[in-house]
Amino acid sequence: MDGSKGFEDVLTGEQKIRNFNINFGPQHPAAHGVLRLVLELDGEIVDRCDPHIGLLHRGTEKLMESRTYLQNLPYFDRLDYVAPMNQEHAWCLAIERLTGTEIPRRASIIRVLFSEIGRVLNHLLNVTTQAMDVGALTPPLWGFEEREKLMIFYERACGARLHAAYFRPGGVHQDLTKELLADIDSWAVEFPKVLADIDALLTENRIFKQRNVNIGIVSEDDIQKYGFSGVMVRGSGLAWDLRRAQPYECYDEFDFEVPVGNNGDCYDRYLVRMEEMRQSVAIIRQAIEKLNFEDGPVLAQGKLCPPRRVEMKQSMEALIHHFKLYTEGFHVPEGEVYASVEAPKGEFGVYLVSDGTNKPYRVKIRAPGYLHLQAMDHMASGHQLADVAAIIGTMDVVFGEIDR
Amino acid sequence: MTAELQELKQYLENKRNDCVLSADIQFGELTVDVAPAQIYDFVEFLKVDPRCKFSSLVDITAVDYPERIKRFDIIYHCLSMYQNRRIRLRVSLRDRDMIASIVDIHPSANWFEREVFDMFGIMFTGHPDLRRILTDYGFRGHPLRKDFPTSGYSEVRYDEVEKRVVYEPVNLVQEYRKFDFMSPWEGADYILPEEGGDK
Repeated sequence: MDGSKGFEDVLTGEQKIRNFNINFGPQHPAAHGVLRLVLELDGEIVDRCDPHIGLLHRGTEKLMESRTYLQNLPYFDRLDYVAPMNQEHAWCLAIERLTGTEIPRRASIIRVLFSEIGRVLNHLLNVTTQAMDVGALTPPLWGFEEREKLMIFYERACGARLHAAYFRPGGVHQDLTKELLADIDSWAVEFPKVLADIDALLTENRIFKQRNVNIGIVSEDDIQKYGFSGVMVRGSGLAWDLRRAQPYECYDEFDFEVPVGNNGDCYDRYLVRMEEMRQSVAIIRQAIEKLNFEDGPVLAQGKLCPPRRVEMKQSMEALIHHFKLYTEGFHVPEGEVYASVEAPKGEFGVYLVSDGTNKPYRVKIRAPGYLHLQAMDHMASGHQLADVAAIIGTMDVVFGEIDR
Repeated sequence: MTAELQELKQYLENKRNDCVLSADIQFGELTVDVAPAQIYDFVEFLKVDPRCKFSSLVDITAVDYPERIKRFDIIYHCLSMYQNRRIRLRVSLRDRDMIASIVDIHPSANWFEREVFDMFGIMFTGHPDLRRILTDYGFRGHPLRKDFPTSGYSEVRYDEVEKRVVYEPVNLVQEYRKFDFMSPWEGADYILPEEGGDK
């Protein structure tokens, strides 16, 4: 097409090379969901990367404005569906801050327990599928077997494998049985062996290292500029973890370490995730030990939580309370609050504006993946096309939370 | 923690009294109301000032209050990883007011501002690429405004006859259910017949 104009230029038509634009996704298996990247390629080098998001936009924030606080809770499972309970946690914390609710100690420990199970669930999925993106097939098969076991713990705690709705404002929905705690404990004893197997498969693997070392380097300056959080920060050597820096729930009672990387590349982020899983297992075991000695209720007394069944059989007020709680819902005092948790992917925050009614006036969900993906142009530029998959993999994006 | 915030609040009020309209600490969080014209300067000040060092932008969002003249509140959340502190900035805007983009200071503001534009229709001056982000290609309206219906205006389906996706006006088979939970036990203004009134 260029040759038709004649040869005025020094270059002939055949020599003129135009950058090539390709669509990566939204149906690409390495796009981790419905990501569409418009990549401008110079040969095999990425020149520009324009992520198109919103293909999974469900209008969660709008929907939440017309539902009660309790009805809104399950929406949080559907954000980052890889580790559902960590999201619920932020929502519950926001409501509890506004209403000034103290939750019972047993509930607090159960929350820590399941937050850490969520972290293992997330990291298992991320580490192993990232390995699949760079060519390994066995790790996901091994990792998903463990995820399956953890999801059975979810199911035994609350009846659902994925969309738990287990953390409630004022505590957790139901108490855990002794048998379940014993089973989680025996899983936590076994799991490090599986982790060591995955570790042996990947950590010193030549291909895995070639694909990840020195790919997608994040500097301290990048972290501040692009608002990174979670493993994206810790992989670069900053020991920033909200569980330590701004402790919520009863994390300050637990003994764990915050692993950090050195180089901030994909490989270091992989190593940090592996170590975080080991730390999570340690927290899980500590939590179970505490739970064995900590009896008591798992829901706070008061308007936020339903009355006990026994009371409802005898007391009219309790029956009215139950009915009003599940129809009208509770009212939250006027005010605004920002509650954040260290979700497996980074800082997950909820900005809640309440006008004193039974429905939130405005909710903003701050998803960590949104900021990470935003930096895609910065991180992928100059890398090869094949590295894009590796970078997306270690960014740990899940479209449920990015598109909301 | 609160004492520290109190100190920071005093410092900001004294140092930048041209920007700070008011400041307030609630639920252990510092909220600063900033004049709309000064937001760019103030965010930059917060980033570079050694006592603040709010180097990381956490979030930008907006809240719609249709009954107010200054209809929108734009909310900025900043975090200092070095001082381990957070701050919330609030700017009030009228409908169709523009606000300066802070992409130059925090590149992470890029998508947040695009999202606020998409959801509320607030324009940011100086933004390099103010496109819609979360809604569909060719979407019209700003969904998170309070006067936008939750059901939206158009719906999408695959047409078997035309063999393509078609857009149609929303047709609800069932009335949109919006419950009024006005409680007869709490907070209701009872309209009682006046004693000895007309019958």
